Amino acid sequence: MASFIIRRILLTILVLIIISFLSFLLLYIMPGDPAAAALGLSATPAQIEAYRHELWLDRPFMVQYFHWVGNAVRGDFGESIAYKEPISTIFKQSLPITLYLSMWAFILSTILGISAGIICAIRRGGLLDQVISVMANIGIAVPIFFLGILGIYFFALKLNWLPIMGWTSPTDNFIESSRQALMPVIALSVPGIAMMARQTRSSMLEVIRQDYLRTAWSKGLKERQVIIRHALKNALIPIVTLLGLQVRTLVGGSVVVEQVFNIPGMGRLLVYSAFSKDFIIIQAGVLLIGAVVCLANLLVDISYGWLDPRVRYD
Amino acid sequence: MPDNTNALAITEKPPKRVSELRRTLRVMFDRPVVIGGAVVIVFMVILAIFAPLIAPYPPNDQNLMATLQSPSHAHWLGTDELGRDFLTRVIYGAQISLLVGVVAVSLAGAVGMVLGLIAGYFGGWVSNIIMRFIDALLALPPMVLMLAIAAMLGGGLKTVLIAIGIAMMPTYCRLMCGQVLSLKGNDYVTAARAGGAGNLRIMFRHLLPNSLAPMMVLMSVNLGTAILMEATLSYLGIGILPPAATWGIEVSSGQRFILSHPILPFAPCIAITILVLAFNMVGDGLRDALDPRLRGTL
Repeated sequence: MASFIIRRILLTILVLIIISFLSFLLLYIMPGDPAAAALGLSATPAQIEAYRHELWLDRPFMVQYFHWVGNAVRGDFGESIAYKEPISTIFKQSLPITLYLSMWAFILSTILGISAGIICAIRRGGLLDQVISVMANIGIAVPIFFLGILGIYFFALKLNWLPIMGWTSPTDNFIESSRQALMPVIALSVPGIAMMARQTRSSMLEVIRQDYLRTAWSKGLKERQVIIRHALKNALIPIVTLLGLQVRTLVGGSVVVEQVFNIPGMGRLLVYSAFSKDFIIIQAGVLLIGAVVCLANLLVDISYGWLDPRVRYD
Repeated sequence: MPDNTNALAITEKPPKRVSELRRTLRVMFDRPVVIGGAVVIVFMVILAIFAPLIAPYPPNDQNLMATLQSPSHAHWLGTDELGRDFLTRVIYGAQISLLVGVVAVSLAGAVGMVLGLIAGYFGGWVSNIIMRFIDALLALPPMVLMLAIAAMLGGGLKTVLIAIGIAMMPTYCRLMCGQVLSLKGNDYVTAARAGGAGNLRIMFRHLLPNSLAPMMVLMSVNLGTAILMEATLSYLGIGILPPAATWGIEVSSGQRFILSHPILPFAPCIAITILVLAFNMVGDGLRDALDPRLRGTL
């Protein structure tokens, strides 16, 4: 197990290095001069040249890259073009918000999705199975902004139950924060719930047909034991794979949700930076989000090894 | 497949290719929802192609004397904030959605398949380099990747196609690589090589056609995803730029009038959901017909 974990960690580091390279490369697909684009039309050539120098844009490619990565590893991502503030300070405010919302959405989609999938698999073909399956199909197809706007329209504007949008830190005022976070978290978790339910249903159905499950039934085990101990545990591998992918989906979804509900997280920061051509924030954001997702993938890989010993020896 | 076809195949001529296609179609359209999905797609394609004939007004015809009208005989879905007929805008939205879906998925599929073919066939360090880059791309949320590319290239149709294409490409590469790895030990590959076929010929004449089925399934499922991605990018304002009639833009500009005119944001939202749902249903049907093993994994 130890060598398996070490191998996975080394692989993650390699992938992280490639991600850093890719996010640095982003600057080079930008048509025109990034410094000129950042400073706007009123800048004089001398100002642009000075800014290029400040951003290390006048150095050779590899020198720039190592300078950028070297600083990033030490937590220094440079200074934002639009905010004129160190990017690490900006991230310290916005990343926790996104992680907080994503965490709740992750918990919600895991619990609801897996439970719904198990119910469908047990009651296959029944009314409940059909209703949940139809809802899961819709849940995958529906755009997140539709869910957000729908929520705002009914629960905030028509029924007046919840605030329309905004963000309060849970440490400042937990109740207000939860009222504001409720709709974003639900909108964020719907695609996840739908995907989890579908995956759990199909991998449970796969397992339910197996001989050892018939044995479990025939030796008189209770339904709960058969389902949880025998069926679910063996159906878990594809579900855990999806849990890893879920992190990707949630971070991506939070870009939209934060925009709809006006929440000052990473997603809205990236969209704002896209508008203001703040490529330094975008590069750093891509790297940081990549690192978060890689870390989540590492945990998933390790839990594979724990769930299924065969995986350790590949 | 009925059992007797196998028995017949031994004594008589092997079944023709046509019957294979017919079998696939029969399994595919076995379930009513798949038929429903196909009907919706055909309907939307007709709307998109014949939009200039079907839509009651030109898409960018402003009438500042008649802004934000409620649904009426003249304007079935009312008008937007610039007095443009909203039904027309929604009909034209189908054009961009379908175009982006088809082109972006083809782009992602073509690039991903060729890279996966190369990685799987040659193996070794070639495969290592390609697959680690794919791992890195897969670690980034597609939304973030698209956003970064769109931010650097600026909005517009071409950017959207490139961004969605790159975001979707890794899955094809990985699937193709796995396919090739499992196929390249087969006898027909050895036979082809013994017959003097070069690497390129083996890759594109033997391995590629034999691994197309799962690719087709993935492509059909991804059509809906690509449409969803385009709508989201356009909604965020970093995709296709106004005044083009796309559903994403219509939602984001209609959202401001949600209290007085809920139809403005909701009509295009519903159109997106129905079209994506239709593609997903047909994709599920195709998967059941072509590769039942993939059930639930895509």
